[in-house]
Amino acid sequence: MEAVLLIDFGSTNTKVTGVDLAGERLLGTAAAYTTVESDVGQGLAEALEKLQKETGPITWVKRYACSSAAGGLRMVTSGLVPALTAEASRLASLGAGAKVIRVFSYEMTDEDAAEIAALKPDIFLLSGGVDGGNKDCILHNAKILASVDVPFPVIVAGNRAVAGECEKILAATGRETIRCPNVMPQLNKLNIEPVQDEIRRLFLKRIIQAKGLSREQELISGILMPTPSAVKKAMELLAWGTEKQRGIGELVAVDLGGATTDVYSVAKGSPQSGDVVMKGLPEPESKRTVEGDLGMRYSSGGVLEALGADELAGLSGLSPEKVSAGVEYLGAHPDFIPADADGAALDFGLAAGAVDTAVSRHAGTIEEVYTPMGQVFVQTGKDLTGVRRLVLTGGAVIHNQRAGEIASHALYNKAKPASLRPRAADIYIDKSYILAAMGLLAEAWPDTALSIMRKEIQEYGTGK
Amino acid sequence: MEKKKLILGVIGADVHAVGNKILYHAFTLAGFEVTNLGVMVSQEEYIEAALETAADVILVSSLYGHGELDCRGFRDKCDEAGLKGILLYVGGNIVVGKQDFADVERRFKDMGFDRVFGPGTSPETAISALREDLHIEG
Repeated sequence: MEAVLLIDFGSTNTKVTGVDLAGERLLGTAAAYTTVESDVGQGLAEALEKLQKETGPITWVKRYACSSAAGGLRMVTSGLVPALTAEASRLASLGAGAKVIRVFSYEMTDEDAAEIAALKPDIFLLSGGVDGGNKDCILHNAKILASVDVPFPVIVAGNRAVAGECEKILAATGRETIRCPNVMPQLNKLNIEPVQDEIRRLFLKRIIQAKGLSREQELISGILMPTPSAVKKAMELLAWGTEKQRGIGELVAVDLGGATTDVYSVAKGSPQSGDVVMKGLPEPESKRTVEGDLGMRYSSGGVLEALGADELAGLSGLSPEKVSAGVEYLGAHPDFIPADADGAALDFGLAAGAVDTAVSRHAGTIEEVYTPMGQVFVQTGKDLTGVRRLVLTGGAVIHNQRAGEIASHALYNKAKPASLRPRAADIYIDKSYILAAMGLLAEAWPDTALSIMRKEIQEYGTGK
Repeated sequence: MEKKKLILGVIGADVHAVGNKILYHAFTLAGFEVTNLGVMVSQEEYIEAALETAADVILVSSLYGHGELDCRGFRDKCDEAGLKGILLYVGGNIVVGKQDFADVERRFKDMGFDRVFGPGTSPETAISALREDLHIEG
């Protein structure tokens, strides 16, 4: 048997997944508590021991890993106009699996420099100006960045006319500086893949070391990517398929965690009818957003804030007072597992509310405008109403008895007609929690990864 | 010489797309680098596009008669955004009904537009105005 081990170093858990290549099947999964502060190797050893208790001893031919340990890949980005180059660099970073902790637009100040120094990002992405466009802003910001006395690498991906000069300014301070093609070479045209490749290369080269994971590097064939990037890869594979196998088609996926809710869409999102005027930046076909204020534990307060106590009470069936008290408790006890009916009800309400809000923020919107020439529709972002598949993952939801009901909150809602979410979709649940592992496996064996996903990701009926 | 950069679009809730495409082709053929924002463009969108592209001119078209309302405060916003002195052109059927063009021109110039073109203006008229204002030979 040729067995491959896939490891996900998380911030609180190390998850391992064993795969039998020839049999195209899962050998098993296991997880163990870890902290980067102590030793990630210990968590890995424990998780492996648990796994092999189920499966018996296994010799691994390859070991691959992804990581979101120690806060994940933390990035700060900058651009010129908030809705244009600043948004393009934010989208590029999110798509590469980064956690974007701050976005700057226009000219940065000395105070901003101090803030960046305090934030200590893993990578800074500097952009601004289309090719041949504004030069002053990015040059100014390069000088400000050069004054920051923290040695994070900088990717320069702005106006090509001055990219070289920016690179010189930054490299003169001894900082690793990489020049990339512009994230927005022409107005409203995105070119984010080269930057994403560079982010990943830097992640492999530098970030792994900085996060104390390099000792593990000897044990495994490689830490390939940040965890969200692996999940995104799995979703693309599931949607698009490979040369040999068809995928399931356009999809939306939600990863509901304790601290964040990630939403992925692999769909073109073009307008569904001819009388629609498109506004804003065209979005990538494979798009990721992350809501840092929405989650089941650390960020449960954010869900309460986004929905209000009354709506959350309505979703959970508890009184607003119970909801508020419960959320406060969860925020302070992130490892809490509900034991009674009230606890389960609150978890359901939080999950439904987080999924609803996160997918609404991810999906595009449509607005009816009455003009002197009659009614016109204006669309911003992606129209996902025609997407027929919805994938749900995340520990809090895959073990929930009411997962299908939670999923239905990601769908179109008559009460919020402006939000272009899927109208009706087949719901798939990542029961064995293998999406990140399959994204890793897909690097070398995409067909095997797709076959396993099609076996393991369970269809849960259709939601409307 | 580097091409001069224009921002082109139809302002407000106006969806007239045909004239916009004709202008785009005419200005491009005349040697300008044109960023076309299409129809239903807000003042903010023109300004943001001009900032990123470092444009020399913003060309506003309007056909549905409500251009005067849509253009109010445009120059002030340009100044505020740091586009001081950028050339602002407006043209088309920019006011309600048939009005004396000299009067219309004066009102738009008071609003800060450098050039005002009435209904039925050919693209060549605007192109020669651009060449003159941008000091382009030929």
